[in-house]
Amino acid sequence: MALDPKFEAALALHRFGFGPRGDAIARIAADPRGAMLAEIERPNAGRIDNPDLLTGGEAARAAFDFRQEKKAVRLAEAADREAAKNGTAQPAPRPEKMDPAMADPFLQTQTGAMKLTLEEAQRKAANPPALPQQIYLEEAKARFDAAVATDIGFAERLVWFWSNHFCISADKGPTRPLCGAFEREAIRPHVAGRFADMLMAVESHPAMLIYLDNARSIGPSSIAGMRQNKGLNENLAREILELHTLGVRTGYTQDDVTSFAKVITGWTIEPLKQNAPHAGEFAFNPRMHEPFSQTVAGKAYADGGLDQGKAVLADLARHPATAKHIALKLARHFVADNPPPALVERLAKRFRDTDGNLKEVTKSLVTAPESWSAPRAKLKRPSEWLVASLRAGGVELKDVRPLVQAQNLLGEPLWRPPAPNGFSDDSTTWMDGLAQRLDIANRFGQRVPTQLEADAMVETALGPLASEETRSAVKRAESRPQALALLLMAPEFQRR
Amino acid sequence: MTCLHAPSRRELLLASGALFAWTYLPRIARAEGRDPRFLTIILRGALDGLGAVAPVGDPGWIALRDDKALKLEGEHAALPLDSFFALNPAMPNFHRLYKAGQATVVHAAATPYRERSHFDGQDILESGLPKPGTAETGWLNRAFASIEPGGRVDARGREAFAVGPVTPLVVRGPAPVLSWTPPRLPPASDDTLMRLLDLYRHTDPALARALEERMGLAAIARAGGINQDPNNPAAKQAGVAQVRAYFAEATGSAAKFLGRPDGPRVGALAFDGWDTHANEGASDGRLAQLLGALDGAIAAIETEMGPAWRETVVAVVTEFGRTAHINGTEGTDHGTATVALLAGGALKGGRVIADWPGLKPSDLQDGRDLKPTTDLRAVLKGLLKDHLRVADDALANKVFPGSGAVRAAIGLVG
Repeated sequence: MALDPKFEAALALHRFGFGPRGDAIARIAADPRGAMLAEIERPNAGRIDNPDLLTGGEAARAAFDFRQEKKAVRLAEAADREAAKNGTAQPAPRPEKMDPAMADPFLQTQTGAMKLTLEEAQRKAANPPALPQQIYLEEAKARFDAAVATDIGFAERLVWFWSNHFCISADKGPTRPLCGAFEREAIRPHVAGRFADMLMAVESHPAMLIYLDNARSIGPSSIAGMRQNKGLNENLAREILELHTLGVRTGYTQDDVTSFAKVITGWTIEPLKQNAPHAGEFAFNPRMHEPFSQTVAGKAYADGGLDQGKAVLADLARHPATAKHIALKLARHFVADNPPPALVERLAKRFRDTDGNLKEVTKSLVTAPESWSAPRAKLKRPSEWLVASLRAGGVELKDVRPLVQAQNLLGEPLWRPPAPNGFSDDSTTWMDGLAQRLDIANRFGQRVPTQLEADAMVETALGPLASEETRSAVKRAESRPQALALLLMAPEFQRR
Repeated sequence: MTCLHAPSRRELLLASGALFAWTYLPRIARAEGRDPRFLTIILRGALDGLGAVAPVGDPGWIALRDDKALKLEGEHAALPLDSFFALNPAMPNFHRLYKAGQATVVHAAATPYRERSHFDGQDILESGLPKPGTAETGWLNRAFASIEPGGRVDARGREAFAVGPVTPLVVRGPAPVLSWTPPRLPPASDDTLMRLLDLYRHTDPALARALEERMGLAAIARAGGINQDPNNPAAKQAGVAQVRAYFAEATGSAAKFLGRPDGPRVGALAFDGWDTHANEGASDGRLAQLLGALDGAIAAIETEMGPAWRETVVAVVTEFGRTAHINGTEGTDHGTATVALLAGGALKGGRVIADWPGLKPSDLQDGRDLKPTTDLRAVLKGLLKDHLRVADDALANKVFPGSGAVRAAIGLVG
């Protein structure tokens, strides 16, 4: 394992971090693994300290109030039209309407280019996007800022990994304003903590309860179930077993799913209404909870209300199948599409031996020789590549919307996976988007006012990873924008 | 909800990326009852001046470029400018303006830079400094700042204006710059695509395949090499149309801003793609297409400027020229002297200004390039002085530092 220290530093930054920024390669070359471990040893590892961001409850209530206001405006407008028809009353002044174009101002379909006057620009600036989208964008900005600002980005990459493992979708009902809060409240505090704690935080978070429908799952024999003709929803229980813990085809049965779904009935949210202090936050509602003992995966759990579900989650978290499932996903994400079995077993064993201590599992990942000897064959996911590009270009992020739009174009829209299994970690999935990456790299090159010479660009972004061919292609570019685009598209920058 | 803020106008404009800069109306010009507009277009990649404006009257011309030489006869007949020079046939609008006395060609011109690096050449072209190095400001911005000391923007937004995704260096500096970017930036050029494919083919066949397939070029690649083969005609047409549309939209928008009574008076924008090392195609290929797009862009400026065209000068400049000879891949390599194209109703045009150096081997710079006989700074100084009324000492010391010996060209506008 006698890697050249600068080579290992550059590899660490690309494979385990968000790519080099400034003189990062030189800065960590003395001890790349130590620098990575230091990132997860920090007491606040993975957290974002930004008092301006809303808690999940605050965001839910703000979005609720916003919807209520809009409803009131619509009703009043209808009343005005009615009054005008009857020849009575002048319409009262209304709050200005939101400009729908601002919801995504970078859409390619926008045709306003030639019409954009200064007045229009001012008018648009005065009309921000609708509140849920505003919150989504603020959270997106905080997330990108954290990824761009970090030294190596190992802790942030872990956040992104776990956030995708336990994904929710902004496209599902009212979850849009909650996506950022979910990640900050359920994922970030635990990336260097215990898997069991993360699991509990995730499965009891309002965003997850809404996304996988548990908020309205009702025990058939519960008080609420007896009164109304509604009942059980198995969605969350199934995905916890299949995706979040044990993994698919690990021996659990349909009966296990149904029983587990009954166990977590009553895990819901405090109803949203005006001026209710905890509205939109997690609540255990005993009136919805199936009041019996249940058997899940061969073990009986006596009814204890909320504690029944906690007990099942705690056992799932330490199940050997969970250890193997998580080990495989970690190794696949960071090291190789088909990771070395020895690495997977090493991580699984560490998970079992430490009762799911994620800091310890992560340390094994960093110290395992296989993590460093695997070829650099994995294509970066679009979002990782975008952040790496920002870092290589030395860009200070002012407006997050072009980035959000770029992620959409590249098929990895932020917090909007197509299904609960999240975005793929398989390189071939992302190969198709290479042409779109080129267009974005091209635009990026046009937008970044770099004064760096070609050699300096390559040294910053790739250092010893750069091939002679890449150095020469960047050096021979006809302009700095083209040089930067070629650098960001170089195989050594696309792969990690 | 303190975290949520509406972007300011400035943030919005910067975010959306455009590039004009506008600053105060020159006070002296205003006193004369004039309201001059000035727009500069930077061609990045080095324009082949001999492919744009051919010295058809030079006895060495045909021998030099052989079948790649623009001629007055044939299918792609060049448009005569005078008894010696002829314009690339892809530029009918520029030709019309020339005939109307509203366009001027300056030939065998160059910045003081004598090396052949794009980056350094572009830095010198835009910074106005005599040597490469880290430059933070450009000559156009400094010219503005010198017209109105302090260069503050007045409340009504009568600043100087710049258009483009990144404000070009030429217009960066002490005077405030507002920028605007067309929302549809052009897609990566064929040139960038080919360079990337070449890199992939040498280093990462899987990525090469993925890109080729996505670009619809797999068939061409199988047929035996991107480099020798012209592009898929359909894809090529679409690309050309996009480039034309982008050029026209960018310049047309710039002209709309500059043409407004309360708008900016100075603008800058940059077009990439002129580095024609292979298959240059001066008469019917890539260079012809680019020049056609540039010609359309000049027409868009004339149209959108409206009555203000009368008081407008557009200066089209590039970092250096290209080799006099065609190279082994039917293109040209980095050279020295080239053309500057001027257009606008304020010009005293209809002339090719050149102290022609000749094309014999002994006439060429380093035995390979068109020799520079006109300092591009003389042309720019002449325009800034007579059109915008920038003072001589500012031109010599601030705008183009160390250019005291380079006399401003006289009589360009009138």
